[in-house]
Amino acid sequence: MTKTDTIAELNLDVERLRKDFPILQTKVYGKPLVYFDNAATTQKPLPVLQALEQYYTIYNSNVHRGVHYLSQQATEAYEAARRKIAGFIHAAHEHEIIFTKGTTNSINLVAYSFGRKFIGKGDEVLISAMEHHSNIVPWQLICEEKGATLKVIPINEKGALKMDEFDKLLTEKVKIVAVTYVSNSLGTVNPVEEIIAKAHALDIPVLLDAAQAIQHMPLNVQELDADFIAFSGHKMYGPTGIGILYGKEKWLNAMPPFEGGGDMIKNVTFAKTTYNELPFKFEAGTPDISGAIALGAAVDYIQQTGIHAIQHTEEELIAYAYERLSAVPSLRFIGDAARRAGAISFLVGNIHPFDLGELLDKYSIAVRTGHHCTQPLMEIFNIPGTVRASFSFYNTKAEVDELIKGIEKARRILE
Amino acid sequence: MTIKEQQDAIIEEFSFFTEWAEKYEYIIQLGKDLPLIDDIYKKDENLIKGCQSKVWLHADYKDGKIYFTADSDALITKGLVSMVVRVLSGQSPENIAGAEIYFIDAIGLKSHLSMTRSNGLLSMLKQMKMYGLAFQVKEK
Repeated sequence: MTKTDTIAELNLDVERLRKDFPILQTKVYGKPLVYFDNAATTQKPLPVLQALEQYYTIYNSNVHRGVHYLSQQATEAYEAARRKIAGFIHAAHEHEIIFTKGTTNSINLVAYSFGRKFIGKGDEVLISAMEHHSNIVPWQLICEEKGATLKVIPINEKGALKMDEFDKLLTEKVKIVAVTYVSNSLGTVNPVEEIIAKAHALDIPVLLDAAQAIQHMPLNVQELDADFIAFSGHKMYGPTGIGILYGKEKWLNAMPPFEGGGDMIKNVTFAKTTYNELPFKFEAGTPDISGAIALGAAVDYIQQTGIHAIQHTEEELIAYAYERLSAVPSLRFIGDAARRAGAISFLVGNIHPFDLGELLDKYSIAVRTGHHCTQPLMEIFNIPGTVRASFSFYNTKAEVDELIKGIEKARRILE
Repeated sequence: MTIKEQQDAIIEEFSFFTEWAEKYEYIIQLGKDLPLIDDIYKKDENLIKGCQSKVWLHADYKDGKIYFTADSDALITKGLVSMVVRVLSGQSPENIAGAEIYFIDAIGLKSHLSMTRSNGLLSMLKQMKMYGLAFQVKEK
């Protein structure tokens, strides 16, 4: 294959792919929707919507229980989805894939279950200054309960981690490092390979919040060697209410169950319950069967589109957006790290992000405004929030042009 | 003017605008008429916490009537606050506590009262009515 062939393969036919997403055809206030809130949730392609419908119309039934035909069909589809996800992230074993409600739920599972067994008085948990509240609060809860301390890797003015400070904070007291792969507010891609290598040198496990990474770049858990990875289905073209916790077998086996109930048991008596094996030990109660199956369909969709092509297309689009936004007078980027994915955060002059977001909405442009559930980070930058445009491969340069026009028009009203 | 007359006046003012951009320009303009809260009251305990923009509110009670002063860090919110203050300020505690606020919906800004905006306008209205109730009790 020549170099040009490779590049041609990486260029997605965006106009064709947009047709797979019915909602992208929507009009808002009479104008075509420009959806730049993909970091909050992505839109869903037809195969995902069809998977949901097919499940409920053709083989709705509970999993892992019934001997009957439908239950077997549902179980097969549910477990096939697990296999697809394991394959997508290159997990060594299918049973290392736990279905959860989402990233928040996955992190809470680890904080509670790992924390109960492995975190004690005087220990430390190391997170970063750019974490989503979901990767702060669960650790605060367990630290408070156990008398442990939460330590924070600081960031520089560009919104990148201060790795020399990380080196100093990484001591034998640290029982787990929990950091985000890609910042939801700033778009910074963190040097997770280095973090993992250094933590492992001290036998410290690492949890990655991959909620903003999984949809943008190839992820190989074995190469990365991360101990836990959490992500959400709805940010990767799947439905809401379903998410994944990947955990290395050795850790998941060593951890106590998170919730008790059906499916997670082997044998129950009033005297003693023995727990089921992985992954069922961590999947108490009837799971989100339709969500898991539809997430499997989303993974198929990403695979067919090609994650390398998605990454290439998005990087090109973000570079274009960055260049256009740079030319807007008095616009400043919040977070300007060298490695970026997914989102661009900014402020324009003294305009409050809420005012700008509201007017952009009237131009049918959907952006997110506010603190993006990263209040401590906003405090570091001493701002009330940002305007965040977050991208997917299905966005176009023409849409970026609309955003620039919208900002210019809004500015005339607000200044 | 009564609370109802004030609201009807605002609705009439907005009826002249055909473009939403003009409407927003007017709202921002109205923000400049807001009786600003004195700096000594502009502190956290007078903050009406919304998710996105800050609103400070203070109430003075004089001769049987409540007078509001306020401020916000966002222009559109400040304009909306200004209108609400215009409607309710200078009214009796009883009338404020029992006021039915319909002008926001009528001028097409209903989304500002929804949960998704979380901008504090709804909490501000509640807080103003609370002042109404509190001063009513004080009167007796």
